[in-house]
Amino acid sequence: MKVLTANFITCAIKDCKASPKSFPLHFQNAELELQELEFQPDFLRHILPRIDWDSLRVTANELGFPSIPETKPEGEELNNEELLRNLHQLLLETQVMEGKLVCDNCGHEYMIKEGIANFLLPSHLV
Amino acid sequence: MLPTPDTSHVPFNTVYEPAEDSYLFLDTLSSPAESAWLATRFATTPAPLITEVGCGSGVVLGFATANAQSIFGRRDVLAIGTDVNLHACLATRETVQRAVQTQQKEEATSQQETTTSLYLDSLTADLCRPLRPGSVDVLLFNPPYVPTPDLPPIPSNDQTYGPSKPSFETESYLLSLTYAGGADGMETTNRLLELVPDVLADHGVAYVLLCAQNKPAQVRESILAWPGEWQAEIVGRSGMQAGWEKLVILRIWRST
Ligand SMILES: [Zn+2]
Repeated sequence: MKVLTANFITCAIKDCKASPKSFPLHFQNAELELQELEFQPDFLRHILPRIDWDSLRVTANELGFPSIPETKPEGEELNNEELLRNLHQLLLETQVMEGKLVCDNCGHEYMIKEGIANFLLPSHLV
Repeated sequence: MLPTPDTSHVPFNTVYEPAEDSYLFLDTLSSPAESAWLATRFATTPAPLITEVGCGSGVVLGFATANAQSIFGRRDVLAIGTDVNLHACLATRETVQRAVQTQQKEEATSQQETTTSLYLDSLTADLCRPLRPGSVDVLLFNPPYVPTPDLPPIPSNDQTYGPSKPSFETESYLLSLTYAGGADGMETTNRLLELVPDVLADHGVAYVLLCAQNKPAQVRESILAWPGEWQAEIVGRSGMQAGWEKLVILRIWRST
Protein backbone atom coordinates (compact mmCIF):
# COMPACT_ATOMS: atom_id res chain seq x y z
CA MET A 1 0.00 0.00 0.00
CA LYS A 2 1.25 3.42 -0.93
CA VAL A 3 1.71 6.13 1.69
CA LEU A 4 -0.48 8.43 -0.40
CA THR A 5 -3.36 5.95 -0.08
CA ALA A 6 -3.15 6.18 3.72
CA ASN A 7 -4.15 9.82 3.31
CA PHE A 8 -7.44 8.78 1.65
CA ILE A 9 -8.61 6.07 4.04
CA THR A 10 -10.16 5.78 7.46
CA CYS A 11 -11.73 3.16 9.73
CA ALA A 12 -14.29 0.98 7.91
CA ILE A 13 -16.54 0.86 10.98
CA LYS A 14 -19.44 3.25 10.47
CA ASP A 15 -19.55 4.65 13.99
CA CYS A 16 -15.88 5.62 13.86
CA LYS A 17 -16.16 7.97 10.89
CA ALA A 18 -17.52 10.85 12.98
CA SER A 19 -14.55 10.68 15.35
CA PRO A 20 -11.40 12.67 14.45
CA LYS A 21 -9.43 9.83 16.09
CA SER A 22 -10.28 7.49 13.20
CA PHE A 23 -7.99 9.40 10.81
CA PRO A 24 -5.25 8.79 10.03
CA LEU A 25 -5.10 5.09 10.74
CA HIS A 26 -1.79 4.20 12.39
CA PHE A 27 0.81 1.90 10.87
CA GLN A 28 2.28 -0.85 13.05
CA ASN A 29 5.03 -3.35 12.20
CA ALA A 30 5.21 -1.91 8.72
CA GLU A 31 7.61 -3.61 6.29
CA LEU A 32 8.52 -1.12 3.60
CA GLU A 33 9.65 -1.56 0.04
CA LEU A 34 10.76 1.10 -2.41
CA GLN A 35 9.22 0.70 -5.86
CA GLU A 36 10.82 3.09 -8.29
CA LEU A 37 8.60 5.41 -10.27
CA GLU A 38 9.60 8.16 -12.68
CA PHE A 39 9.77 11.56 -10.97
CA GLN A 40 7.07 13.85 -12.40
CA PRO A 41 7.12 17.18 -10.57
CA ASP A 42 3.90 18.49 -12.17
CA PHE A 43 2.03 15.35 -11.20
CA LEU A 44 3.15 15.83 -7.61
CA ARG A 45 2.10 19.50 -7.71
CA HIS A 46 -1.40 18.34 -8.73
CA ILE A 47 -1.54 15.82 -5.89
CA LEU A 48 -0.30 18.04 -3.04
CA PRO A 49 -3.42 20.26 -2.83
CA ARG A 50 -5.56 17.25 -1.88
CA ILE A 51 -3.30 15.99 0.89
CA ASP A 52 -4.18 16.33 4.56
CA TRP A 53 -0.78 17.53 5.69
CA ASP A 54 -1.03 16.95 9.44
CA SER A 55 -2.06 13.35 8.88
CA LEU A 56 0.74 12.83 6.39
CA ARG A 57 3.21 14.05 9.00
CA VAL A 58 1.85 11.52 11.51
CA THR A 59 2.14 8.72 8.93
CA ALA A 60 5.65 9.73 7.83
CA ASN A 61 6.77 9.79 11.43
CA GLU A 62 5.37 6.32 12.11
CA LEU A 63 7.17 4.93 9.07
CA GLY A 64 10.45 6.42 10.26
CA PHE A 65 10.70 8.90 7.42
CA PRO A 66 13.01 11.87 7.93
CA SER A 67 10.94 14.85 8.97
CA ILE A 68 8.88 16.51 6.28
CA PRO A 69 8.07 20.25 6.37
CA GLU A 70 5.71 21.42 9.11
CA THR A 71 3.39 23.03 6.61
CA LYS A 72 2.33 22.05 3.13
CA PRO A 73 4.70 23.46 0.48
CA GLU A 74 3.19 26.38 -1.42
CA GLY A 75 4.26 29.04 -3.93
CA GLU A 76 8.03 29.15 -4.41
CA GLU A 77 8.56 25.99 -2.33
CA LEU A 78 6.85 24.03 -5.10
CA ASN A 79 9.94 24.70 -7.23
CA ASN A 80 12.26 23.12 -4.65
CA GLU A 81 13.25 19.97 -6.50
CA GLU A 82 14.89 18.27 -3.54
CA LEU A 83 11.74 18.70 -1.47
CA LEU A 84 9.54 17.39 -4.30
CA ARG A 85 11.83 14.40 -4.81
CA ASN A 86 11.58 13.53 -1.12
CA LEU A 87 7.79 13.77 -1.24
CA HIS A 88 7.72 11.71 -4.45
CA GLN A 89 9.66 8.97 -2.67
CA LEU A 90 7.49 9.07 0.43
CA LEU A 91 4.06 9.36 -1.22
CA LEU A 92 4.41 7.37 -4.42
CA GLU A 93 7.43 5.06 -4.19
CA THR A 94 7.22 3.78 -0.62
CA GLN A 95 5.07 0.67 -0.35
CA VAL A 96 3.92 -0.88 2.90
CA MET A 97 4.05 -4.58 2.02
CA GLU A 98 3.24 -6.16 5.40
CA GLY A 99 1.99 -4.85 8.73
CA LYS A 100 -1.23 -3.41 10.04
CA LEU A 101 -3.26 -0.23 10.23
CA VAL A 102 -4.85 0.54 13.58
CA CYS A 103 -7.82 2.77 14.37
CA ASP A 104 -7.20 5.04 17.35
CA ASN A 105 -10.91 5.29 18.05
CA CYS A 106 -12.04 1.65 18.20
CA GLY A 107 -8.69 -0.14 18.29
CA HIS A 108 -9.51 -2.31 15.29
CA GLU A 109 -6.47 -3.62 13.41
CA TYR A 110 -6.51 -3.96 9.61
CA MET A 111 -3.95 -6.39 8.20
CA ILE A 112 -1.75 -5.57 5.23
CA LYS A 113 -0.49 -8.61 3.29
CA GLU A 114 1.37 -8.63 -0.02
CA GLY A 115 0.83 -4.88 -0.16
CA ILE A 116 -2.97 -5.09 0.06
CA ALA A 117 -4.84 -3.83 3.11
CA ASN A 118 -7.86 -5.81 4.27
CA PHE A 119 -10.78 -3.70 5.48
CA LEU A 120 -13.28 -6.53 5.78
CA LEU A 121 -14.55 -6.88 9.32
CA PRO A 122 -14.75 -9.94 11.57
CA SER A 123 -18.10 -11.73 11.22
CA HIS A 124 -19.48 -10.32 14.49
CA LEU A 125 -19.03 -6.76 13.16
CA VAL A 126 -20.30 -7.30 9.60
CA MET B 1 -11.90 3.22 -30.17
CA LEU B 2 -9.70 3.41 -27.11
CA PRO B 3 -7.79 0.21 -26.22
CA THR B 4 -9.44 -2.28 -23.83
CA PRO B 5 -7.09 -3.40 -21.03
CA ASP B 6 -5.59 -6.86 -21.23
CA THR B 7 -7.14 -9.22 -18.66
CA SER B 8 -5.49 -12.46 -19.84
CA HIS B 9 -3.82 -12.89 -16.41
CA VAL B 10 -7.11 -12.80 -14.45
CA PRO B 11 -8.33 -16.05 -12.80
CA PHE B 12 -11.93 -16.16 -14.02
CA ASN B 13 -12.73 -19.10 -11.74
CA THR B 14 -13.06 -16.57 -8.89
CA VAL B 15 -13.22 -13.16 -10.62
CA TYR B 16 -16.00 -11.76 -12.85
CA GLU B 17 -15.06 -11.97 -16.50
CA PRO B 18 -15.62 -8.72 -18.46
CA ALA B 19 -19.03 -8.93 -20.12
CA GLU B 20 -21.66 -6.73 -21.78
CA ASP B 21 -22.07 -4.62 -18.62
CA SER B 22 -18.31 -3.97 -18.35
CA TYR B 23 -18.15 -2.93 -22.01
CA LEU B 24 -21.13 -0.62 -21.58
CA PHE B 25 -19.05 1.14 -18.92
CA LEU B 26 -16.11 1.54 -21.29
CA ASP B 27 -18.34 2.81 -24.11
CA THR B 28 -20.21 5.22 -21.84
CA LEU B 29 -17.13 6.80 -20.22
CA SER B 30 -15.40 7.23 -23.58
CA SER B 31 -18.44 8.52 -25.48
CA PRO B 32 -17.82 12.05 -26.79
CA ALA B 33 -20.68 13.51 -24.73
CA GLU B 34 -19.56 11.94 -21.46
CA SER B 35 -15.87 12.68 -21.93
CA ALA B 36 -16.69 16.31 -22.71
CA TRP B 37 -18.80 16.56 -19.55
CA LEU B 38 -16.05 14.99 -17.41
CA ALA B 39 -13.30 17.14 -18.90
CA THR B 40 -15.30 20.27 -18.04
CA ARG B 41 -16.08 19.00 -14.56
CA PHE B 42 -12.43 18.26 -13.74
CA ALA B 43 -10.74 21.03 -15.73
CA THR B 44 -9.26 22.83 -12.73
CA THR B 45 -9.35 20.37 -9.80
CA PRO B 46 -6.32 18.72 -8.16
CA ALA B 47 -5.49 15.21 -9.46
CA PRO B 48 -8.86 13.38 -9.41
CA LEU B 49 -9.25 10.16 -7.41
CA ILE B 50 -11.09 7.50 -9.42
CA THR B 51 -12.47 4.67 -7.30
CA GLU B 52 -14.03 1.56 -8.69
CA VAL B 53 -16.15 -0.28 -6.14
CA GLY B 54 -16.21 -4.03 -6.77
CA CYS B 55 -13.40 -3.70 -9.28
CA GLY B 56 -13.32 -7.41 -10.29
CA SER B 57 -10.86 -7.90 -13.15
CA GLY B 58 -10.01 -4.18 -13.10
CA VAL B 59 -10.96 -3.75 -16.75
CA VAL B 60 -13.09 -0.64 -16.15
CA LEU B 61 -10.64 1.01 -13.75
CA GLY B 62 -7.71 0.17 -16.04
CA PHE B 63 -9.54 1.68 -19.00
CA ALA B 64 -10.42 4.90 -17.16
CA THR B 65 -6.91 5.31 -15.74
CA ALA B 66 -4.89 4.54 -18.85
CA ASN B 67 -7.17 6.59 -21.13
CA ALA B 68 -7.50 9.48 -18.69
CA GLN B 69 -6.45 12.05 -21.29
CA SER B 70 -9.30 11.04 -23.64
CA ILE B 71 -11.89 10.58 -20.88
CA PHE B 72 -11.08 13.27 -18.30
CA GLY B 73 -8.99 15.60 -20.42
CA ARG B 74 -5.98 15.16 -18.14
CA ARG B 75 -3.15 12.70 -17.62
CA ASP B 76 -2.86 12.74 -13.84
CA VAL B 77 -5.66 10.69 -12.28
CA LEU B 78 -5.18 8.45 -9.23
CA ALA B 79 -6.86 5.02 -9.12
CA ILE B 80 -8.07 2.92 -6.21
CA GLY B 81 -10.08 -0.29 -6.57
CA THR B 82 -12.04 -2.03 -3.84
CA ASP B 83 -13.39 -5.57 -3.82
CA VAL B 84 -14.47 -8.08 -1.17
CA ASN B 85 -12.47 -10.69 -3.06
CA LEU B 86 -8.67 -10.62 -2.66
CA HIS B 87 -8.24 -12.38 -6.03
CA ALA B 88 -10.03 -9.44 -7.67
CA CYS B 89 -7.80 -6.96 -5.78
CA LEU B 90 -4.67 -8.71 -7.06
CA ALA B 91 -6.07 -8.98 -10.60
CA THR B 92 -6.94 -5.27 -10.64
CA ARG B 93 -3.44 -4.29 -9.54
CA GLU B 94 -2.04 -6.15 -12.54
CA THR B 95 -4.67 -4.97 -15.02
CA VAL B 96 -4.44 -1.26 -14.20
CA GLN B 97 -0.64 -1.17 -14.01
CA ARG B 98 -0.33 -3.01 -17.33
CA ALA B 99 -2.90 -0.78 -19.02
CA VAL B 100 -1.05 2.37 -17.93
CA GLN B 101 2.32 0.96 -19.02
CA THR B 102 0.92 0.01 -22.43
CA GLN B 103 -0.46 3.53 -22.84
CA GLN B 104 2.88 5.07 -21.82
CA LYS B 105 4.79 2.93 -24.34
CA GLU B 106 2.36 3.97 -27.04
CA GLU B 107 2.87 7.64 -26.15
CA ALA B 108 6.65 7.23 -26.12
CA THR B 109 6.71 5.77 -29.64
CA SER B 110 4.45 8.51 -30.99
CA GLN B 111 6.36 11.21 -29.07
CA GLN B 112 3.31 12.37 -27.12
CA GLU B 113 3.25 13.78 -23.63
CA THR B 114 3.40 10.99 -21.04
CA THR B 115 0.43 9.87 -18.99
CA THR B 116 1.32 10.06 -15.29
CA SER B 117 -1.97 8.54 -14.12
CA LEU B 118 -1.19 6.15 -11.33
CA TYR B 119 -2.68 3.01 -9.87
CA LEU B 120 -2.48 3.57 -6.11
CA ASP B 121 -3.99 0.50 -4.49
CA SER B 122 -6.60 -2.18 -4.31
CA LEU B 123 -8.32 -2.46 -0.94
CA THR B 124 -10.09 -5.60 0.23
CA ALA B 125 -13.27 -4.00 1.49
CA ASP B 126 -17.05 -3.91 1.50
CA LEU B 127 -18.09 -1.18 -0.99
CA CYS B 128 -16.16 2.04 -0.30
CA ARG B 129 -16.29 1.83 3.51
CA PRO B 130 -12.62 2.65 4.21
CA LEU B 131 -12.55 5.74 1.98
CA ARG B 132 -12.59 9.11 3.72
CA PRO B 133 -15.68 11.30 3.49
CA GLY B 134 -15.45 13.64 0.49
CA SER B 135 -12.39 11.90 -0.97
CA VAL B 136 -13.72 10.30 -4.17
CA ASP B 137 -13.98 12.35 -7.37
CA VAL B 138 -15.23 9.63 -9.70
CA LEU B 139 -16.93 6.54 -8.33
CA LEU B 140 -17.58 3.62 -10.69
CA PHE B 141 -19.89 0.76 -9.71
CA ASN B 142 -20.88 -2.24 -11.80
CA PRO B 143 -22.89 -3.98 -9.08
CA PRO B 144 -24.24 -7.48 -8.57
CA TYR B 145 -27.59 -6.52 -10.15
CA VAL B 146 -29.38 -9.82 -10.88
CA PRO B 147 -32.53 -10.32 -8.79
CA THR B 148 -32.04 -13.43 -6.60
CA PRO B 149 -34.10 -14.98 -3.77
CA ASP B 150 -31.15 -14.63 -1.38
CA LEU B 151 -28.16 -12.38 -1.03
CA PRO B 152 -24.84 -14.12 -0.32
CA PRO B 153 -23.31 -12.88 2.97
CA ILE B 154 -20.51 -10.27 2.82
CA PRO B 155 -17.25 -12.14 3.45
CA SER B 156 -15.59 -11.52 6.81
CA ASN B 157 -11.88 -10.81 7.17
CA ASP B 158 -11.01 -14.37 8.22
CA GLN B 159 -12.27 -15.64 4.83
CA THR B 160 -9.81 -13.53 2.84
CA TYR B 161 -6.71 -15.71 2.91
CA GLY B 162 -7.69 -19.16 1.67
CA PRO B 163 -5.55 -21.81 -0.04
CA SER B 164 -4.03 -20.73 -3.37
CA LYS B 165 -6.30 -23.25 -5.10
CA PRO B 166 -9.81 -22.38 -3.85
CA SER B 167 -12.36 -25.15 -3.36
CA PHE B 168 -15.29 -25.45 -5.74
CA GLU B 169 -17.58 -24.08 -2.99
CA THR B 170 -15.34 -21.04 -2.49
CA GLU B 171 -15.25 -20.37 -6.23
CA SER B 172 -19.06 -20.56 -6.50
CA TYR B 173 -19.46 -18.31 -3.48
CA LEU B 174 -17.03 -15.67 -4.82
CA LEU B 175 -18.70 -15.69 -8.23
CA SER B 176 -22.18 -15.44 -6.64
CA LEU B 177 -21.01 -12.19 -5.00
CA THR B 178 -20.39 -10.73 -8.46
CA TYR B 179 -23.97 -11.09 -9.73
CA ALA B 180 -26.49 -11.94 -6.96
CA GLY B 181 -28.31 -8.74 -6.07
CA GLY B 182 -31.13 -10.00 -3.80
CA ALA B 183 -34.58 -8.33 -3.94
CA ASP B 184 -35.02 -6.46 -7.29
CA GLY B 185 -31.27 -7.01 -7.70
CA MET B 186 -30.92 -3.80 -5.68
CA GLU B 187 -29.80 -4.82 -2.19
CA THR B 188 -26.10 -4.14 -2.70
CA THR B 189 -26.70 -1.13 -4.96
CA ASN B 190 -28.96 0.42 -2.33
CA ARG B 191 -26.23 0.01 0.29
CA LEU B 192 -23.77 1.72 -2.05
CA LEU B 193 -26.16 4.56 -2.88
CA GLU B 194 -26.49 5.29 0.84
CA LEU B 195 -22.74 5.90 1.00
CA VAL B 196 -22.49 8.08 -2.12
CA PRO B 197 -23.38 11.51 -0.61
CA ASP B 198 -20.77 11.02 2.10
CA VAL B 199 -17.87 9.62 0.10
CA LEU B 200 -18.12 11.84 -3.01
CA ALA B 201 -16.22 15.12 -3.20
CA ASP B 202 -18.39 18.22 -3.75
CA HIS B 203 -17.64 18.15 -7.48
CA GLY B 204 -17.63 14.34 -7.50
CA VAL B 205 -19.64 12.07 -9.76
CA ALA B 206 -20.78 8.45 -9.47
CA TYR B 207 -21.60 6.07 -12.32
CA VAL B 208 -23.82 3.13 -11.38
CA LEU B 209 -24.96 0.39 -13.75
CA LEU B 210 -28.55 -0.87 -13.50
CA CYS B 211 -30.53 -3.53 -15.33
CA ALA B 212 -34.21 -3.21 -16.30
CA GLN B 213 -35.37 -5.27 -13.28
CA ASN B 214 -33.65 -2.76 -10.98
CA LYS B 215 -36.29 -0.21 -12.14
CA PRO B 216 -33.86 2.55 -13.20
CA ALA B 217 -36.56 5.25 -13.44
CA GLN B 218 -37.52 4.66 -9.80
CA VAL B 219 -33.89 4.64 -8.68
CA ARG B 220 -33.37 7.95 -10.45
CA GLU B 221 -36.45 9.48 -8.79
CA SER B 222 -35.23 8.41 -5.35
CA ILE B 223 -31.84 10.07 -5.93
CA LEU B 224 -33.48 13.32 -7.04
CA ALA B 225 -35.26 13.29 -3.68
CA TRP B 226 -32.02 13.08 -1.68
CA PRO B 227 -31.43 16.10 0.56
CA GLY B 228 -29.27 18.63 -1.29
CA GLU B 229 -29.01 19.42 -4.98
CA TRP B 230 -28.61 15.96 -6.49
CA GLN B 231 -28.93 15.16 -10.16
CA ALA B 232 -29.20 11.78 -11.88
CA GLU B 233 -29.31 11.04 -15.60
CA ILE B 234 -29.10 7.91 -17.70
CA VAL B 235 -25.98 8.42 -19.82
CA GLY B 236 -25.40 4.92 -21.24
CA ARG B 237 -27.72 2.24 -22.64
CA SER B 238 -27.37 -1.19 -24.19
CA GLY B 239 -29.50 -4.04 -25.51
CA MET B 240 -33.23 -3.64 -26.09
CA GLN B 241 -35.62 -6.12 -24.48
CA ALA B 242 -39.37 -5.73 -25.02
CA GLY B 243 -38.91 -2.04 -25.77
CA TRP B 244 -36.72 -1.39 -22.71
CA GLU B 245 -32.98 -1.06 -22.47
CA LYS B 246 -31.57 -4.12 -20.77
CA LEU B 247 -28.72 -2.24 -19.09
CA VAL B 248 -28.25 1.45 -18.33
CA ILE B 249 -25.64 3.58 -16.60
CA LEU B 250 -26.83 6.28 -14.26
CA ARG B 251 -24.67 9.34 -13.65
CA ILE B 252 -25.18 10.86 -10.17
CA TRP B 253 -23.78 14.26 -9.15
CA ARG B 254 -24.40 17.43 -7.15
CA SER B 255 -25.57 20.30 -9.28
CA THR B 256 -23.70 22.92 -7.24
ZN1 LIG C 1 -12.41 2.47 14.21
